[in-house]
Amino acid sequence: MLEAAIHHAYRAFTLDVSFELKEPSSALFGPSGSGKTSLLHAIAGLLRPDRGRIVFNGEVWCDTAQKIFIPAHKRRIGYVFQESRLFPHMNVRRNLLYGAQSAQAKDLAAHFDHVISLLGIDHLLERKPGNLSGGEAQRIAIGRALLCNPQLLLMDEPLASLDMQRREEILPYIEKLVDEFHLPLIYVSHAIHEIERLAQDIVSMENGRIVARRALQKESVRASAP
Amino acid sequence: MNFSDAEITAIVLSLRVALVATLASLPFAIAIAYALARWNFPGKTILNGLVHLPLVLPPVVTGYLLLITFGRRGPVGEALEACCGIVLSFRWTGAALAAAVMAFPMIVRAIRLSIEAVDPKLEAAAATLGASPLRVFATITLPLAIPGVIAGAMLGFAKALGEFGATITFVSAIPGETQTIASAIYGYTQAPGGEDGIMRLMFVSIAIAMIALVVSEICARRVGGKGALA
Repeated sequence: MLEAAIHHAYRAFTLDVSFELKEPSSALFGPSGSGKTSLLHAIAGLLRPDRGRIVFNGEVWCDTAQKIFIPAHKRRIGYVFQESRLFPHMNVRRNLLYGAQSAQAKDLAAHFDHVISLLGIDHLLERKPGNLSGGEAQRIAIGRALLCNPQLLLMDEPLASLDMQRREEILPYIEKLVDEFHLPLIYVSHAIHEIERLAQDIVSMENGRIVARRALQKESVRASAP
Repeated sequence: MNFSDAEITAIVLSLRVALVATLASLPFAIAIAYALARWNFPGKTILNGLVHLPLVLPPVVTGYLLLITFGRRGPVGEALEACCGIVLSFRWTGAALAAAVMAFPMIVRAIRLSIEAVDPKLEAAAATLGASPLRVFATITLPLAIPGVIAGAMLGFAKALGEFGATITFVSAIPGETQTIASAIYGYTQAPGGEDGIMRLMFVSIAIAMIALVVSEICARRVGGKGALA
């Protein structure tokens, strides 16, 4: 699915990783400051690494040796950030449809109703992001990422800003959508129980380096998915 | 109040000059403010200095620089006349140019501050949703910065309306062509018996400034800002 070799030096630490992800659902695990988010930014095209190569399903997204760098908006990814990052000047409906403008996304616009009912946000469409709860905002952010019809979903601690109860409320939604849309997912977290529920392959990071790899047996429906 | 024809002409001309100066400089101001707020490039300090120069130079110096650059014998003025038949010196369009140059730093400053206040994380989120940099600017950055754009335009309009030094140096004060409210007031002070005229034009100045303030405040509130100058 994804091959990446990235070297990027910050003032305080250096991100230096090389790995290949084969499973549709993988996770980056590690303490905060271990470089998970930087790595995800590089995969998304939000960070241009000093040196490196990123290939997704045969598409070269980044190859510094050949001076190839596909910018974020051309990678067709869905990115769910730690904070919802909803656009404050647009209502929920316009937020959800923001990425559903391009030609490829037109088919998915038809699935709009499906996505909003799956995430339980159909009653929020006319609201402004300012008066949503954290859990509602994060569900909308997930819906927004899904509705741009991504070929890869990246989630960076999507539950970290929520309290325990909200986390348990949203986790099943994420499980459901991964199963239902057969979307390749890279999930970043420092909470191992979230990862165990979502991913088949765990990449553990520390100090900008990969320190362990672990495959998980999941007995979920995903095993039988095409 | 009984305005003389010359006073009415000066008031109308002032409004036209200030409006044209503000609207024409706004796109450039937004572009430069965005570059200064978001990009790092060689020469950024110099660009920033050039933009702010009219704020610190004596207006007469700015006016004289305009005269030797955009005057009929100035390099730019000569080229403009040869290619497009545009003459700026001693015309109302020249007054608009002088007002725009003088107002430019204030417009850029207000817009730059409001663009800097837009969270780059929202722009990154828009990029991950497939929005090109141009679309990110048009749908995220600019709408969120619009209260600052309105505040900048209002400040610029007020500045352009009151501009005196650069205008009188560049285009003089020709009644009906380049005599604005400010230069008309100055003209009254140079001759005995002008007190009534000064009073009338002074009230007009205050009224226009107040209206501009109120209108911009209403605009800023309507687009969802929390006060234009905040």
